Parts: sequence; C-alpha cells; structure tokens
Amino acid sequence: MTSSPAVAPPVSAKPVRRPGDLIFSGTALAAGLLILVALAAVAVFLVGESIPALGVKKADLPVGFSTFLEYAGPLVFGTVWAALLALVIAVPLSLGIALFISHYAPRRVARGLGYVIDLLAAVPSVVYGLWGITVLAPFVQPFYTFLNTYLGWVPFFSGSVSATGRTVLTVAVVLAVMVLPIITALCREVFLQTPRLQEEAAYALGATRWEMIRISVLPFGRAGIVSAVMLGLGRALGETLAVAMVLSPAVVVSFFVLTTQNPTTIAANIALQFPDSYGISVNVLIATGLVLFVITFVVNALARGIVSRTSVGRNN
Amino acid sequence: MATAAVGSGLRRSSLPKYSSLGLLAVSWVVMAGLFLIFLLAGMTAAYNLVGVVFFGTVLWAAAVWLISFLVEGSRKAKDRLVTALVTTAFVIALLPLVSLVETVLVRGVARFDVAFFSESMRNIVGAGGGGLHAIVGTLEITLGAAVISVPVGLLAAVYLVEYGRGAVARAITFLVDVMTGIPSIVAGLFAFALLSLVTGNPGYRSGFGGSVALSLLMIPIVVRSSEEMLKLVPNELREAAFALGVPRWLTIVKVVLPTALAGIVTGITLAIARVIGETAPLLLVAGYTTSMNYNLFSGPMVTLPVFSYTQYAQPGVDPVPSIDRAWTSALVLILIVLLLNLAARIIARFFAPKMASR
Repeated sequence: MTSSPAVAPPVSAKPVRRPGDLIFSGTALAAGLLILVALAAVAVFLVGESIPALGVKKADLPVGFSTFLEYAGPLVFGTVWAALLALVIAVPLSLGIALFISHYAPRRVARGLGYVIDLLAAVPSVVYGLWGITVLAPFVQPFYTFLNTYLGWVPFFSGSVSATGRTVLTVAVVLAVMVLPIITALCREVFLQTPRLQEEAAYALGATRWEMIRISVLPFGRAGIVSAVMLGLGRALGETLAVAMVLSPAVVVSFFVLTTQNPTTIAANIALQFPDSYGISVNVLIATGLVLFVITFVVNALARGIVSRTSVGRNN
Repeated sequence: MATAAVGSGLRRSSLPKYSSLGLLAVSWVVMAGLFLIFLLAGMTAAYNLVGVVFFGTVLWAAAVWLISFLVEGSRKAKDRLVTALVTTAFVIALLPLVSLVETVLVRGVARFDVAFFSESMRNIVGAGGGGLHAIVGTLEITLGAAVISVPVGLLAAVYLVEYGRGAVARAITFLVDVMTGIPSIVAGLFAFALLSLVTGNPGYRSGFGGSVALSLLMIPIVVRSSEEMLKLVPNELREAAFALGVPRWLTIVKVVLPTALAGIVTGITLAIARVIGETAPLLLVAGYTTSMNYNLFSGPMVTLPVFSYTQYAQPGVDPVPSIDRAWTSALVLILIVLLLNLAARIIARFFAPKMASR
C-alpha cells in the first residue's frame, strides 16, 4: 500500500461485474448450451425410442423380415446407393459450374449466374418430387429402354426395364439437382480464393486457362472440394420427400438402376410408413431414423473437420 | 522479313475470335434439323427442344475440340474443350430449373383462383375446395418455429462472437455446423418422440410439434448467419462504447446489434424461406386434416407442402382436381419462398448500415 493519498484507489485486475452483464452473458451462454442440450436430446430420445425395436418380433416387421438388422440392412444400402449415384452425377457438374462462375463467365454476369444456381436450392423438396414424377420420369423412360436394350450387358442396366421411369436412377438425377447448388456454392467460394499471384504466375509461364486451373486453382481448392462433396452427400442421404414420391420402392439390395425393384432409402421409408404405423412399428421406424442420424452425423462431422483444418470455407 | 516468322512455328495459327460462338450456333442448327427429321419420321411424339439444346451443346464441345486440334494444336484444343465442357455443365444445370419453373407455372394456374385462398378441404370430394387451412397452418407453424429459433439462435450467436472462448465455444460451433446437416425427417422423429413422451400420447399430432421440428432445422441457420453479421461489426465501435464507460451488455444491445440488424434480419428471412418448404417432419408430427385449425397446440394441422404431397399421393376417384390442387399449392409455396428471398435481398441492400468509406 502506498502512503500517498493522492493516488487513486488501485484498479482491480478484474473488471467490474455489473448485474446487467451477468444476466446478459448468462442468457447468451444458456442459449448456446441449449443447442448442445437439444442435440444431445435428439440423440437420447432417438436411442430411447429405438431400444424396443432391437428386440422386435417377426410378426411386427413387414412380411419377409425376421430381425431388425435384416430390415435395416437393405434400407442403409438403399440410402447410401441412391446418394452415391446422385454424387456421381452432381460432382462433375458442380465442379464445372463452379469453375464457370469463378473463372470463365464474364465478371459482370458471374454474380447473377451464382444467384440463378442458388435458386435451385430454394425450391422445396416436395416440388422436386412433383416435378420428378410428372416431368422427369416420363422424359427419361425412353432413354432407359434404350440403355436397357443396347447396353444391357453392363450389369447396372440389365433386368426388366421399368415402364414408368420411377427408378433409382431417376431419383439420383433429382437428388443430383438438389445437392448441386450446395456443392457449387462451396466450390465457387474456394476457387475464388485462389491467390491471384499463383494464377498470374501460371499464365506467365505460358499456361492456357485450363492448365492454369489444373496447376493452381484445383490443388489449392482440393480440401474445399472434398468437404463440399461430403456436405452434398449429407444432404442427399437425408432427403426424404423427393425420394418417397419418385421411387417405386422395395426393401431390397439391388444394383440394377433401371428396374421396378428399387432399394428405398431410410428417410423415404419412414415418410411412407410412419402415418399408418402404431405400437412397436413406430419404434422400428425411429430406430432406422437413428441409423440415418448416425450416418449423416459422421459424414457432416468429417466434412466440417476437413473444412476447419484448412482456413478456407469458414464463411459457409 | 518480319512476316516470315508468322508461319514458322513461333506463332501458331489460331481460330478467329468468335469462331467458338459460331460453332455453337451451327451445332444447334444441325441438331434442330436432325430432331425435325426425327419428328417428321414419327420417331418422337413431339418436338424435343431439350434434346436439341443438350445434344447440340455436346456436338459443339466435340466440334470445337476437333477443329481446334487440327488448327491450333493439342494444348489449345484441350483448353477449348474444357471451356466448352464447363459451359455445358452450366447449361445442363439450367435445364431442370427452367423445366421446373415452367411446369409449376403451367400446372399451378389451373386452380390459382379465389376459392383456393378462401376455402378449406372440409367435406370436399372431387373438384372445388382450397388450401386456406394449409396456408394458415404454414403461417402458424413457421411463425412458431421462428419464435423459438430466433431468440435462441441470435443469443447463441452473440455468445459465440462476444463472449465465447475455449472449449465450450468450440463445441457449440462444431455442433451447430453438424446440426446444419441433420436430415429433416430425423428432426421430425425427434419432435414426435419428445412430445409423445411429454404428453403421454403415443399418437401425438399437433402444429406445435411441427414448430419444434422446424426450429431444430432453423436454429443452426440463424446462428451461422447472425454470427457472420456480428463478426462484421467493426471493433472500433465496441471500443468507442467501452471508452465512454458503457457496460458490455448495453454495448451489445445498443451498438453491436443495431449495426448488424439488417444482416441479421436478412439471415432470419432466408432461414424462414428454407424451412417453410419442409414436408417430411410435418408429415410425421403435425399430421393431416382437411379442416381449418387455428390452434397450434391441439389437433393435427396441415401446411402447404404437406397438403401438396397428400393431394398428389392420395387423389380421389377422379384424380384431376386433386392433382391440380397439389400443383397450385406448389406454386403458392414457390411464390412465398421467392418473395422471402426477394425481401431478404431488399433488406440487405436498403437497410444496411451506412459505413464511412475507407
């Protein structure tokens, strides 16, 4: 303690805690924690409601299945299969569109073109379902007949071709259109962040535009592309209504993409079965929902992990 | 002497500037002719305009590569091929968008009349009826979701930007990111499991359940967008307020939030636009009804997307009026989503804070 009375009382190291501050920061923290609790609650409730389903008897399952795993297996396969097919279609297209907007289109219109692609993301999934079943399925059916007739020796295209076009391939096309804006938006952001100097250096070495993209833009954006694809995968895995409406479903494992026996997805199966279910069947459906939750959680966590390890994509 | 160098391999010959566009036009014309022949030969039922654009563009990519390869060499040819492919990818993505908008408009106008906006489906069999009960349900359920998620989302964003340090903040950020990817049907299952357990009713259906499910999908979107906007508020503003002795919470309420308000409102509007079209969770937990139901907390409640889906999936004996109603609700839904997106852009543009230019 100094003896001089002129010196102001020592400022405490801790700032003053006003009650208003405490209340406000407490509320904010509570809101943040509520999110943690909500996510934990999702997991807990789903697990709690799923446990009865594990011991489900044969009589309570749809005809032809004797255990829960036997029922859930084909559904998991269908979910992953439809999503992967969708990605096969969507990824090359999205990369092309992202490059077109970031490096090919004239600067003045590029932003507008980005909005146009974003419009695809704004369309509700039920509208995609209506469109898929009314317009797309009849439109692609002749192509399917063609593929089946002339390329039937390719394993995927064999089998008896569907007369309605409501096959897993049509679903994959619809899903591809739905995940396309997501993948495109993230890739576009990443491509735009390529250091200008690297691009100019490539040009200075005499590279054409494509060579410049191959040696500077794509390597720079690799992590961003991977995580964008994973996010698209997450969306495709969880999509419900478009699949439920377009697909003529069956709970099977089948690699044929043009036939009437199409493996259905977890989400579509829940949407179709739930309104008419009661008792233990509800628990069975919730248990399949839990499986879906775990799959998408892992995929999204991986995607976010990749994004946060690289600095890009923080604003998405 | 100088002209001799031109042909000597130092400079390769190149195609004229607009040759690429010209080739595109030629390819389209060729394909248009080809499909006309198909039509006249009776191979296709109607003139296939999509086919013309698609195969014309593919032909263009091949032609550009071949001609450029012959005239300009392999490197230039590859460059031109990629340019053509990238442009084609964009055109392909536009095709479903155009087709979708056209279909919804053409089929939706059939029942876009006064009755659709003034009548419910109570006691309606066959033609007539409307989607008023679905419109009311959409508004109430979405409003309920917004009432839950806006305070939670906004406060969580404030916590992350203004207070959050260390493990808790990192965990919240990570889980919010992961939450963005929760399948909507899982959100519906959760809301159902939660509310049927709380009320003890295994067949629980109400609009409020729908609001809970939607808010689970909406909160992460609100958090992310508000977080971005709060981060954009310059630190100088906060420091100036602190220097004047303003408490921290008052700084946030009176300085930070008003500055970011336009951006936050834009984000919330976009979040509403995102969840208003959700079908799957509402199908599970909100149920289906043909009557008006203004009470969010009791009885099943139907929204536009669910109405559209059920009208399509369960048409009556004569399916036409039912399917017409499905398309009209799709049209109304798309109009609402577009209006919300437009509103968000307008808010972002006109109510943005006036920052001094640097």
